[in-house]
This record gives sequence, C-alpha cells and structure tokens, in this order.
Amino acid sequence: MKRREFITLPAKSLGGVLLYTLAGEPIRVHAQTGAARIPLRFFTAAEARIVEAACDRIFPSDESGPGAKEAGVVVFIDRQLAGPYGKDKYRYTKPPFVDSVPEHGYQGKATPRDIYREGIQNLGNFAELSPAERDQRLRSIENTQFFRLLRQHTIEGMFSDPMHGGNAGLIGWQLIGYPGPLMSYRDEIDKFHGIPFRRKPAGLAQLAGRPVTGWEEEKD
Amino acid sequence: MQQLKSVDVVIAGGGFVGLTLAKEITARTGLSVVVLERGRPRKTSDYGADMDELDYALRYRMMQNPAEETATHRHSSRASAVPIRQYGSFNPGTGVGGAGEHWGAISYRFYPEHFKLATFLREKHGSRLPEGVAVQDWGFGYDEIEPYYWRVEQMMGVGGKAGNLQNRRIDGGNVFEGSRSHEYPNPPHKMPYAPIVFETAARELGYHPYPIPTATLSRAYTNPDGVSRPGCAYCGFCSRYGCMIGAKAQPTNILMPLLQKRKNFTLRTGCNVRRIVHKDGRAVGLSYFDASGQEILQPADIVIVASWTLNNSRLLLLSKLGEPFDPTTGKGTVGKNLTHQVNQATRIFLDKPLNAFMGAGGLGMGISDFDGKEGVDAFPGVLRGGNIRLMSTGEGQIASFGVIPPGEAKSDWGSEWKKAALKWHDHAAAISTEAEHLAYRQNHIDLDPTYTDKFGDPLTRLTLDWTEHERAQGAMLTQIHAKIANAMNAKSGGANSRLLERYTVTQYQSTHINGGAIMGGSPESSVVNPWLQHWQAQNLWVVGGSAFPQNGSGNPTLTILAITFRAADALIDRYLKHPGGLA
Repeated sequence: MKRREFITLPAKSLGGVLLYTLAGEPIRVHAQTGAARIPLRFFTAAEARIVEAACDRIFPSDESGPGAKEAGVVVFIDRQLAGPYGKDKYRYTKPPFVDSVPEHGYQGKATPRDIYREGIQNLGNFAELSPAERDQRLRSIENTQFFRLLRQHTIEGMFSDPMHGGNAGLIGWQLIGYPGPLMSYRDEIDKFHGIPFRRKPAGLAQLAGRPVTGWEEEKD
Repeated sequence: MQQLKSVDVVIAGGGFVGLTLAKEITARTGLSVVVLERGRPRKTSDYGADMDELDYALRYRMMQNPAEETATHRHSSRASAVPIRQYGSFNPGTGVGGAGEHWGAISYRFYPEHFKLATFLREKHGSRLPEGVAVQDWGFGYDEIEPYYWRVEQMMGVGGKAGNLQNRRIDGGNVFEGSRSHEYPNPPHKMPYAPIVFETAARELGYHPYPIPTATLSRAYTNPDGVSRPGCAYCGFCSRYGCMIGAKAQPTNILMPLLQKRKNFTLRTGCNVRRIVHKDGRAVGLSYFDASGQEILQPADIVIVASWTLNNSRLLLLSKLGEPFDPTTGKGTVGKNLTHQVNQATRIFLDKPLNAFMGAGGLGMGISDFDGKEGVDAFPGVLRGGNIRLMSTGEGQIASFGVIPPGEAKSDWGSEWKKAALKWHDHAAAISTEAEHLAYRQNHIDLDPTYTDKFGDPLTRLTLDWTEHERAQGAMLTQIHAKIANAMNAKSGGANSRLLERYTVTQYQSTHINGGAIMGGSPESSVVNPWLQHWQAQNLWVVGGSAFPQNGSGNPTLTILAITFRAADALIDRYLKHPGGLA
C-alpha cells in the first residue's frame, strides 16, 4: 500500500492583514488559523512542495493580499489530478496523436497527471531556489503545456468553490469581493448600478445547507 | 440484434426538437411515440447544487463527453483532420433536454429576407457574389414562419419589446426586425448597469438599442400548454447550467411535465442511436445500443431524426441514406452547407464596478443597425451583417479573473499581474457580435477516415474555415464596437479579430453550428423538403438546425423550434391523412 503523504497548509493567521476591496473599502481577510495537515491523493509531499512553490510565484502572497499558498491551491490541484479530469476521462484520447496547427489545441497523448509528473521533475530543486530564481525558471517554461495548466489551475484553485479543496477560508472570494453563489438578485440587479454589491462570502455548502462535493469525487 | 414490437413513431434525440415533436404528436393524435435519448434523465430539482463554475462552466459537466464521441476538423479538403479533443468552439449537450438545458435562452428571430437569401442576394448583387458562396432559399417565406415563431415565443414565455408590430415601427424595440403579429408574451427584464451604459451610448450615436429577447422569464408566467414557471432570479448561473427554479425555458420544465402524463409517450434514456434502418427507400426504424450495451432495433411507421445538428448528418451518412455531398463536383446533398456564426468581441473596461456575477443568459441590450436587409449597405464587400450587444450573463470568477487593459502588466502571472487583475476585476465587459454566416461550397460535413467513437463508428469530420467575407463582416462590426466603447467612456482592450484568421476549435464561439441536412426546393439541392420530410424516404423526417441552408445572425433556437412546429403541423395535418411526399 502506498504510504500516505501530507501537505501542511500555512499556520500563520491572516487576521491582521488589511486589504482594499473593489469597493475601495479596507477589509480584513479572514483565514483559518492554525496549521492544517491535509492528506495528498496524487502528489508526493516533495512534489506538492514544488507545485506549491510554483503556484506561489504565479499568484503570490504579497502587498496586494494573500495568494495561492494561503488558499491551499496545491490541495485543489492534487484533487483534480487524482480524479477523472487528471486521468483525461473527459478528453478524446484515441490515437493517432498528430501534431497540428495551434487552432486545433493540445493534441498530445499525455494526461494532466503525466504532464504534471514530468513538469515537476523538470523543475528539480525549485523549492530550494530564491524567489527571483524561481521566477526565472518559470519564465523559461512559460510556453509549455505544463505551465499553461499550472497557471490555469492556480486561478481555478484561488476562485473555485471551497468544496474543490482550494479557496481555503474563502480567501480568494474575499480578495475580489465575490459573495459566492446566491439564489436571487431580483431586488439588487437594477439597483446596484455602478455600486459594488459586496456581501460576506459563503460557499455552496452553506447556501445549500448540506455537504456538497465536486465532480472530482465521482467514481469512474 | 433484438427487435422490439413496432410503434407508430420513433424519435432519435430527447432535446428541444424531439420532445417538442413528441408533445405535438401525442397531444393531437393517438399515435404511440418512443423517444430514444443517449444521456441520462434530468429534471429541475437536479439543478439545485449546480452553482459551481468549475464543474459546469469550465469542465463542461452537462455536455456530451468528448472522450466518447467528438468531431474532427480540418481547414480545407487538402488538409488532414484532427479530433476536437476537448471543447471547444461549440458545446454539444447530452441527457434529457439536450443542449436546451444549458443554453443561454437568447431568442432572436431571423430577418425576413434571410429565408430567401439566395434570391435576395442575387437581386441585390447579381453575379458579384464571392467565390464559393452556396446560399439557398429555405423554401418558405417569413410570413409563413411568423405564426410558428409566435407559438414558440408563447411556449417559452419570451420577454422583450417589439420594434415592428403589425408593420408599425415602435422605438425601444428592434425596429429592423420583421413584422410581428403580437407583442412579446412577457416584458423585458430588469437591466443591470453595464447594458444601460451601452444603451445610452448607442442612442447618442443615433443607433436603435433594444432589450435582447430572452426565454428566462421576466415574470411568473403560464404558457398556453398550462405550464407555470417563476420569474428569473438573476442568479447568474444560466448558460452552461440548468435552471434550478425553472425560469429558463428548458425541455425538462416546459415539455417533460406534459409528456410524463401521456400514456402514448415513452422516453428511453441511455439509448445511443447508431443507424436509421431502411429498406427499399423507406425507413424501417432506428437501431441503438441501450445502456447495457445491447443492440436493439425499434421499428416504427414514422422515423424522426431529431438529434443535435451534426449528429443528424452523421446518422444519415452512417446509415448510407442519401448521397454524400462532394465539394469538387457539387453533387450529393448530405453534409453540405455547414455553417457556424461570425463571433467577435471587444473587451472594454469601465471605471465603476459591474457586479457582473449577477445576470441571466440573455440579459442585456443590443443594436441591429448593422444587420438585416439594409444594415450593411454602407460597407462595400459585406453581404450580410450581425447584431451588436452587451450582456450581463453571469460572469464566472475564474474565467473573468486576470482580464486587464493592455499594458497594465508585462506578464500574465506574478505580483504585478495579480495587482492589476485585482484592480480591474469586475470592471470588464464585452461588446459582442453574432453575424450571419454564409454557406460556402467548401464548408461541409463527412465521415472521418481515421478517428472513431466509443463504438468504433467514424466521427463526423468538419471541413470549415473563414473567408475574406467573414473577416470583412468582423472588421465592419468591430469598428462599430470601438465607436460604442468610446461613447461609453470605456477603456478598450481591443477586439478578438484574430479569431477570424483561421477557424479555431479551442475557443468557444457559440453552439450555433448548423446545416448538413438542409431543406430546400428540390432533391438535387437539399436533403429534406421545406417541411423537413426526407425527399426519398418519405416516412423519415430530419429535424433541427441541420436543416438551415445557411446561418442567421443571433441565436438559432427560436428558429429551430419554429421549423419544428411547422414540420409537426405538416406531419400531423397532412402526412398522416395522405402519407406520401408533401408538396
């Protein structure tokens, strides 16, 4: 049996970080306090640390607010890769695999899992590099399918519903002032004209009043 | 192959078209109707927990799974095709309701002259049509289809404002459209901020803005079939989602509630139709694989093919029914006149926040000053135009993040980008266009020689590319986008004109891909007659967007259902009384 591997999310509290919302008003971003030890489904702990470090350069924690590390983006990516999406259950994967024009998109055989495994390996000692060196390394792979996926998944992990493993403590939605899914804007749609509607965010589970799971949990 | 007991009518496809036909036939005749649907059963209450951008808008949870079946594409007959491995420039649906569950509910009518486009363009331009243009007349005029448009608008409860009511021009509606016999069944929606700014700017420029007609109800409504639905809540989870309250007209909320009560209606899900079985020029029935993988023949007196556009042509080709179109000789009909739509968008940035997460499928304002009969007259070389609109359809937070004005960041990742992305988030909108796509001889459908579906049958192969004409249409319309953006005092992010350099399968354009089994005036020029009856196998009907000789501007669902109702009337009122070819 495969040894269980874990990633530890940041322990530092973000309770004191002052941010400015789209409304131009200062808010405090609230995140879970205390370290959370989360079991990995696909990555090894070493791989997860590299992916986390890379996502942190794509969407950094900096003066404009918290980033991919605090939002647990690596957990989101781990779950996506462990599920049917990572195994290409939703992509046409019959051969022959032929290179074509850019208008035909990615035509390769490798699944998202394969692309990550190889991409991480090529990043080597990435987790030990300085931020500037990390940026330089990422710039050198900007045109690869691995980087395109990594960038897309980082944004997904920041702003998708927390049921998918990212957007921890709704950090992503707090950053952009998104209230989360709401049943109705009947009374607001024609009133908030150029005025920001920024309610305290809640995820789908809170709205539905019951646990919800993403497609990645579906057994294939 | 297991052979079942024969039924009166068998229908391939449980989407808008198939279920509309089933509704009409089961209500007006005692005939037994069996609908075969490849996907799962669905109902409004399934959509209670689908407010998730990742799974639904980005991973396409409601769509046909391309791993099982997709299409291949090539830009010309000289090139070899490759599979569309993931979506995609269009999104085929699956499951009960088909793409009618996840559609955007925008409900335009086509312009009167569009139905006689070949005649119209010949009269206007003589022999000066560009090389390869293969537009055809539909075989009926706007006056004949108008009552059917009205029936569909009532069934769905479309909201909007007439701009041409019984030949009276009414400001505030689309004054360029064909004459309507009635005002819309429902009023326009409440409008959010961005479309209002667009409307004001368009009016200042002398254009004629109107609220976009949409089938997401603007108020509670009971249709003539007695089906009641609530008004839209503007939750923003609309296009690519099923509506959890049933405000958006979907087959599961306007057709299934009626059909479920009818004893002469049977719906079989998980049934993948593979062939139209035919003998001596007549359709015998449909063969399909059921959910357990068993091959079954359902014989029927009348066979209706009502699957998604591309699958209608594919079924005819796989069944060897009719002569495949050959673009070199121009002979044959099956697969000809494949069209998409000319989509262009100009990104704009406004100073104030938009709350763009609020919205509904077709919520917004449009202009049609550069569409219809005379809209392109000032633009030499442009034969047909398109609408221009600004909609708040419910912006996804993932998809819209990182859209920033040009020059705000050197990279599309890292601190500088993040800061700019946060600053501009919820300030971006798009002025967009859907223009008519002319039919060309070179754009067609056939079967791929290499790639197969999960059953081993050849995939549909699309040969499709843009020409100078579409680029001229795009240039005309994006020039107007820029004028409006300027009048809106918006910062422009530029237009996506590159999309028209070569047909691009990786970028969503619309699911409005049509043609392939077109209607027309003769068996030499079309697959079905103007009532959508197959020219040769007269007990076979091929119904859907596949019948469009070329594509109109605006969204095609209303027109697809109008020709569906017209086919139903012809079948029920005429064919059943005197079986044979209609004329």
